[in-house]
Amino acid sequence: MEPFIRLTGIVAPLDRVNVDTDQIIPKQFLKRVERTGFGQFLFFDWRYLPDGQPNPDFELNHPGYRGATILAAGRNFGCGSSREHAPWALLDYGFRAIIAPSFADIFYNNCFQNGILPVTLPEETVNQIIARAKERPGYQLTVDLERNLVEDSHGLSVPFEINPFRRHCLLHGLDDIGLTLQHEAEIAAYESQRPPWRPVTTGLAVSTTRTDQ
Amino acid sequence: MSARTMFEKIWDSHVVREAPGEPALLYIDLHLVHEVTSPQAFDGLRLSGRRVRRPDLTIATMDHNVPTWARSLPVTDEISRRQMEVLARNCAEFGIPLFDLHSPRQGIVHIIGPELGLTQPGMTIVCGDSHTSTHGAFGALAFGIGTSEVEHVLATQCLLQTRPKTMEIRVNGRLPRGVTAKDVILGIIGTIGTAGATGYAVEYTGEAIRSLSMEGRMTICNMSIEAGARAGMVAPDDTTFAYLEGRPCAPRGADFERALAVWQTLPTDPGAHFDRVVEIEASSLAPFVTWGTNPGMVVPVTGRVPDPSSFSDPADRRAAERALEYMGLTPGTAIQDIPIDRVFLGSCTNSRIEDLRAAARVVRGRKVHPRVRAMVVPGSTTVKRQAEAEGLDRIFQEAGFEWREAGCSMCLGMNPDILRPGERCASTSNRNFEGRQGKGGRTHLVSPVMAAAAAIAGHFVDIRDWDFED
Repeated sequence: MEPFIRLTGIVAPLDRVNVDTDQIIPKQFLKRVERTGFGQFLFFDWRYLPDGQPNPDFELNHPGYRGATILAAGRNFGCGSSREHAPWALLDYGFRAIIAPSFADIFYNNCFQNGILPVTLPEETVNQIIARAKERPGYQLTVDLERNLVEDSHGLSVPFEINPFRRHCLLHGLDDIGLTLQHEAEIAAYESQRPPWRPVTTGLAVSTTRTDQ
Repeated sequence: MSARTMFEKIWDSHVVREAPGEPALLYIDLHLVHEVTSPQAFDGLRLSGRRVRRPDLTIATMDHNVPTWARSLPVTDEISRRQMEVLARNCAEFGIPLFDLHSPRQGIVHIIGPELGLTQPGMTIVCGDSHTSTHGAFGALAFGIGTSEVEHVLATQCLLQTRPKTMEIRVNGRLPRGVTAKDVILGIIGTIGTAGATGYAVEYTGEAIRSLSMEGRMTICNMSIEAGARAGMVAPDDTTFAYLEGRPCAPRGADFERALAVWQTLPTDPGAHFDRVVEIEASSLAPFVTWGTNPGMVVPVTGRVPDPSSFSDPADRRAAERALEYMGLTPGTAIQDIPIDRVFLGSCTNSRIEDLRAAARVVRGRKVHPRVRAMVVPGSTTVKRQAEAEGLDRIFQEAGFEWREAGCSMCLGMNPDILRPGERCASTSNRNFEGRQGKGGRTHLVSPVMAAAAAIAGHFVDIRDWDFED
């Protein structure tokens, strides 16, 4: 995973609340078995008109937000489905940081697994950022994870809170699985004292015969 | 030890490792896998040369994009077929039992866990699907995870988790006639909002919850995520134990007694502290219908489509305006005057045998409205066979419903079962998001009996006014 230390970039405003993961990446694109290539489908049903042309009314289609790396959105961003295709699509499109007054739990966790920094700021600050990005397309912010600060060149400087473990992993690009596997002895010790009557799935399915392509 | 909530007891008994400033490492008792959120996780394992630590605590099924008819024919959607084949190959390679398209135990992942007795009190259960909260109905800690976390659980049988806060949602009194578990949870989400429980593990308590069957409790826990909750739970009791006893994976004989002794210690201790308590009177609940594009946009069936100007928060007002435009609705319209085109009876929220029985009682001897296309998609092949043994399939088909094979189907429209743009659907599923059931499709969430009655009438009706065997 790519580390996240400090990012300066264009802010794209998405002035909507409760943006669900079905909107971020509609279900027709969940059938791919790869992790990459989802950016072209990001916000698909909002981004494109029924005839396939870009919807000029959709915020991200404004030329001033081309190349944006920071998304600023309303509260409860990423609610609904657990699909990690949502952060994959955001990342593939180019977003490395998302700023919102609040996030849905599963989406928030999924961001950290993909090197995306979700930044929670007070609603009035987010509204201010969205307003600035709308007034001046091309408006830039710096998101600094080493100093836990969001800043612009017009005097905005706001601290944000983040779980210290998650911060550490993002700063160093650490992989959770590798960290957990270092605790093999503790996992084995836990397993040895699990109640023996807990259910197992062994033998439930008749076969898992290999189907070749 | 001080008084603890059920959540705290289950959490504490699954901590493998805890360190200051770090999320806890929790042991996972059961990992459910399906075709849509797992392929990238298995790829990750292969890339790093890792194995599945506990295939014996893992089970896979095909549910999200399976066709619900003509199962004997090849799957025509090539990308869906490939996703299913990839799951079969991954399960074979890593030794994970799989219920494939032709297995008699195939079904929606959250239906088959409970019906096999795999879902038991006091367990930790995860799945790459947000409706994993369903399993909390048994007094388990169950929640949805992303694909990276699926890979983490496959590799380690553990998960890094930040401890959520606790919330009690107490539903006092008995439910009025015609008011179902679905209406309880829609009423709760309408009250606390779609982010009302974000950051919390919710325990549902009170007389109305206690009097529900396991099916009803599953419906409530299922939609906890629609209020933003990390998990939803109901304390296990005699209803739970009676449901479990004798199921294929439930403990037997002396083991059942041992398990029971542990399960009975799980309920929240008297005086235990919840971070937040919400109380709702069952008598205040009615059959609900959603009018907008999230499950919190809901009114009683006797209500009207709200006026966006009645929302005080500007962001909520804009969201309501957008929702009404998408839904093609005018403020002030009576809910019962809204005509419908489609009815979907199914999904992990409401496709269990009890849901189908209730809907069949409404439908029996009646005909689906000529404008309406209605379908029943049982939650699992086991549910389907049980329903057929009881003759429910004939009741539905004689009324004009389509009777399908098991799967997620039109709840999320990954298979061919979708709405056309502009079509309006009374659905027993869990999400009315824009495009959820098909691009441009308009979803109204309701209970199974309300969906059944709407299919007959061609518009929403108050089930409390209907003459049917309760």
